Amino acid sequence: MIRKLKSKFAVGGLCAGALSLVAPAAQAAWTLNMTPGISKMSRAIYSLHMLMFWWCVGIAIAIFGVMIYSMMKFRKSSGAVADTNFTHSTKIEVLWTVIPVLILISMAVPAASVLVQTEDVTNSDLTIRVTGYQWKWGYQYVGTDVMINSTLARPSNLARELGSGIDPNTVPNYLLEVDHPLVVPAGVKVRLLITGQDVIHSWWVPALAIKKDAIPGFINEAWFDIDADQIGLFRGQCAELCGRDHGFMPIVIDVRSKADFDKWLKDEQAKAKQAAAQTPATGAT
Amino acid sequence: MANLEHASTHAHDDHHDHGPPKGIWRWLSTTNHKDIGTLYLIFSCTMFFIGGFLAMCIRAELFKPGLQFLDPALFNSFTTMHALIMIFGAVMPAFVGLANWMIPLQVGAPDMALPRMNNFSFWILPFAFTLLISTFFVPGGAPAGGWTMYPPLVLQTGNALPLMIFAIHLMGASSIMGAINVIVTIMNMRAPGMTLLRMPLFVWSWLITAYLLIAVMPVLAGAVTMLLTDHFFGTSFFNAAGGGDPVMFQHIFWFFGHPEVYIMILPAFGIISEIIPSFSGKPLFGYDAMVYAVASIAFLSFIVWAHHMFTVGMPLSSELFFMLSTMLIAIPTGVKVFNWTATMWRGSISFEPPMLWAIAFLFMFSIGGFSGLMLAIAPADFQYQDTYFVVAHFHYVLVPGAIFAIIGAVYYWLPKWTGHMYNMTLAKWHFWLSAIFLNVLFFPQHFLGLAGMPRRIPDYAVQFTDWNMVSSIGGFVFGASQLLFPILIWQCVHGGAKATDKVWESPFGLEWELPSPVPYHSWNEAPTMGDLTHGAPVHDIHSEDAGKLARDLKPSH
Repeated sequence: MIRKLKSKFAVGGLCAGALSLVAPAAQAAWTLNMTPGISKMSRAIYSLHMLMFWWCVGIAIAIFGVMIYSMMKFRKSSGAVADTNFTHSTKIEVLWTVIPVLILISMAVPAASVLVQTEDVTNSDLTIRVTGYQWKWGYQYVGTDVMINSTLARPSNLARELGSGIDPNTVPNYLLEVDHPLVVPAGVKVRLLITGQDVIHSWWVPALAIKKDAIPGFINEAWFDIDADQIGLFRGQCAELCGRDHGFMPIVIDVRSKADFDKWLKDEQAKAKQAAAQTPATGAT
Repeated sequence: MANLEHASTHAHDDHHDHGPPKGIWRWLSTTNHKDIGTLYLIFSCTMFFIGGFLAMCIRAELFKPGLQFLDPALFNSFTTMHALIMIFGAVMPAFVGLANWMIPLQVGAPDMALPRMNNFSFWILPFAFTLLISTFFVPGGAPAGGWTMYPPLVLQTGNALPLMIFAIHLMGASSIMGAINVIVTIMNMRAPGMTLLRMPLFVWSWLITAYLLIAVMPVLAGAVTMLLTDHFFGTSFFNAAGGGDPVMFQHIFWFFGHPEVYIMILPAFGIISEIIPSFSGKPLFGYDAMVYAVASIAFLSFIVWAHHMFTVGMPLSSELFFMLSTMLIAIPTGVKVFNWTATMWRGSISFEPPMLWAIAFLFMFSIGGFSGLMLAIAPADFQYQDTYFVVAHFHYVLVPGAIFAIIGAVYYWLPKWTGHMYNMTLAKWHFWLSAIFLNVLFFPQHFLGLAGMPRRIPDYAVQFTDWNMVSSIGGFVFGASQLLFPILIWQCVHGGAKATDKVWESPFGLEWELPSPVPYHSWNEAPTMGDLTHGAPVHDIHSEDAGKLARDLKPSH
């Protein structure tokens, strides 16, 4: 790592972002922008983000342009004389109040429409209960005996110790890997019931554009409907400070096709039943 | 003008008659607004460096993935204490210090209205912060639940919890007393003829800020007291198992917290509104609109608090309300930025150090404003909330916003305070290093947040490495360049070219009618309206001859 750092400095710290890490282990590539995600909702939120971004860029060019122009044009050193009568203009002041109002309305309309959709948890086909613990996630498929405890994968857990001597670049998906991911179906509207056991956590998967606080004593709802072709693993993290190991309770979702998921759930249900029959104590995990 | 000269000579005489006592007793017992202002500023500077040291440690840990220096619990303490120290120890006392120094000078009053309370409200602070910082050495360590102190997490704090709560009560008491003093001074001690709408913008913004402080500091005190009783006396305000609601704390906290954000920026607006006209050679554009904009921002600050909580699971109607009300803030804030720009338009701009800081404020505060507008959009906020995008946003409004304005104010008024000019070369180095590396420090954090890096984590996935390194390098240079500031101030206090009474070529404001350095007792005889026409209230732009008055100020043109 030290050697790698040095070579980075040689190229120049300021453009370090332009360099790609030569990592032996599987790691996500760096990005500059939000992910468009894997569902209709996440893409709607991404579009909203980009709409806001381009508005801001446009407004910035306009007002920074005027500021830079005034600093160039009206420099005392270039002989500019102050026009001390130019201290008030009702016309222009009304203009720069009304135009922003119109721009804001044009932003608020699509934002409100997306917001209304994100809150519509009706007509879901599958419900999963999500529980945040210090410091892991628990999942239960409501209506079945299938439960998943999802904690930071062992290689990451060893490497993240203070002075572990393990280069994080050699750990696959460092800090974003769990032992048992949450398995979900694509193309199905899934409802999440999110709560916390001890303190407040927040369940966040950027690819779903879902971030919802897991609050002890309260249940929050969220929903997603992943595109049928988005099969694969997607990663997120706890987003609300929850104590010492807040940075070490990642979320991984394993998106499978509807058929694969149904088969998996059936197998797990059978296993859970079997385990409960053998050792009743573990059934209560 | 003769009248004025009389006043200043008179003040000089007083200086010889009633000089300050010598030694430490002067500072402990002082009731002089200038001494107390100086104490506040020195205290704030000290806290700025302590909070800055914590920030440097945080950036060192985040330089690369893996844990190198800090245990995660200690890291959490550092982020928590960095915020508490910077907000309550550095930014707020700096503004109170500037208020103490400048409000009496700007309104033509001999001192603050309540000088003994003034002394008390300052001297509480060193005790409050000694208490707070000492928590690093108690069992369980310093508070690590974030400066927002959300239960139930904060209730897992060790012995530090009651100490932190008591420290916050002390800071709140100090702030409330400071605010009362500002209001009483402004309401009662203005020079004859200085109507409210002739006051300098710095005075206006502080008047409004003081009301915000009185309104919300007791709310914070209530919230932390409920934490105290939940922890020690068996109540269940925030404990769902006992019938309480942890989210209620967040509502109460942010009902304080959002006005608090404006407490930290409105006086900065005031400072920028003083500096830009003085170095553009023309009065502030749209004075009335500027006052109304500050007032509307203050009003709106009370009805937008839950935009800090879009992910807690509020009803749709609340989310819509808080999204729309938050977006409204863009309007008065936009008016302010447009008015500052219009003040420079057709001006005669010179780029002395105070103006450099003010211009940097204009650009970078606007960047913080843009990301703020994006954050207001609730669905998009589901992605931004609690990521580095938010960290970038509030550091853009607090560092080049509040702190650049404070530094700019010191560069603006320091020659008036000390009677010496400072080292302009050093000042320009300080500015350029700060302005450039601030962006190296905070701009990449937008990318980190959008790419998915949560805030308040001591270690991160390796795809976040590059921008964290850039950010840390920016942080180290930015932090180191702040050391130039106390060096420059020290030199300026102890020597340097003699400052003229005006200091700058055509500054607006009553304070420039006093000699440099300002005598220990000033405006013993209030200036009268006749003097004012030669002084500050060219701010009075609705007077038709404002332009003529401005020209009077600039005989060279």
